[in-house]
Amino acid sequence: MAEFRLPQNSRISKGKHFAAPEGASNVKRFAVYRYDPTSGENPRVDTYEVDLDSCGPMVLDALIKIKNEIDPTLTFRRSCREGICGSCAMNIDGGNTLACTRDINDVSGDVKIYPLPHMPVVKDLVPDLTNFYAQYASIKPWLQTRTPPPPDRERLQSKEDQELINEPSACILCACCSTACPSYWWNSDRYLGPAALLAAYRWLVDSRDEATGERLDELEDPFRLYRCHTIMNCTQTCPKGLNPAKAIAETKKMLAERRH
Amino acid sequence: MSLRSPLGRVLGLGTAKDGTGHFISQRISAIGLLLLGSWFTYQMFTQESFAYLEVVRFIREPLNSILLSLLCLTVAYHSWLGVQVVIEDYVHGHGTKLLALIASRFAHIFVAIASVYAILRIGLSS
Repeated sequence: MAEFRLPQNSRISKGKHFAAPEGASNVKRFAVYRYDPTSGENPRVDTYEVDLDSCGPMVLDALIKIKNEIDPTLTFRRSCREGICGSCAMNIDGGNTLACTRDINDVSGDVKIYPLPHMPVVKDLVPDLTNFYAQYASIKPWLQTRTPPPPDRERLQSKEDQELINEPSACILCACCSTACPSYWWNSDRYLGPAALLAAYRWLVDSRDEATGERLDELEDPFRLYRCHTIMNCTQTCPKGLNPAKAIAETKKMLAERRH
Repeated sequence: MSLRSPLGRVLGLGTAKDGTGHFISQRISAIGLLLLGSWFTYQMFTQESFAYLEVVRFIREPLNSILLSLLCLTVAYHSWLGVQVVIEDYVHGHGTKLLALIASRFAHIFVAIASVYAILRIGLSS
């Protein structure tokens, strides 16, 4: 059965407190999930008081400041710091988003930071995304054709056709959507999740792709696709403003359409 | 522990090539329920009396008998499809899931037949 309580060794306790330096006037408190699997201890939440006068505006700036100046043991992923790589996806103030594009001032009260929900934790804010990436690979995210490419130029696409793939192509695979989906929490072993399904849709509507039928065959499954119950957390949480729920609905429409 | 690759695990047993029929049936039965449910609600609000003989007279009307039977069958069918989804969502042991799905199917068929039998018994009695 689905588990509604955290397992014994995943329950979170209160952790250490790191007070703000003397003389700090603009202090914000960050409550950060900490877990080290090698320690044998349960996860805890450490609180860090950060002086915002000497910190950048985004949550990622605060995390980097904490790591550099307060607690070097804090572990998190980050790279581009401008919302294009998807590395710093985490749960901030109760919602999945990118730490680099989330303004600290948009969070009222303490800033609560947890790893993406319902994923195995490697350490602190770093989730294990192995299954997520394998699901992406399973939808064959590349152009499949039977017609050989023209010898003298690229495969052409009209402006209208290009616009169809514009939005789904903007997905950065940060996993915010999939890990916000309750259906994915319960059945991520068989349900592909909104991110992989959005990627599948991106190739389904690509006018150059010639494997639409095979792609739909691969999706037609009570678990892979139809575990989506239109909860729409994916669309609500996407830090890029994309709409995976609509892409999934369109895919279901295609499957219905080819039957009648 | 298994050393199977992550992609191998995701691909699993392949697709069931199924699910669209279930999806369409759930929506079409929902439309049916909307129509039959509206009719039933209207009838309940416009009945002058719920005395035993009045209700029996209402059920004996051929059109009412037919629509009531249809309503019961549609409720049972729609509920069966819905409960199946709930079981697949939340019951993860393979054996338990299979048992729950079979039990749900039997229970819904029983409810459907029992309700239609009750309506017809009243409707066809002299």
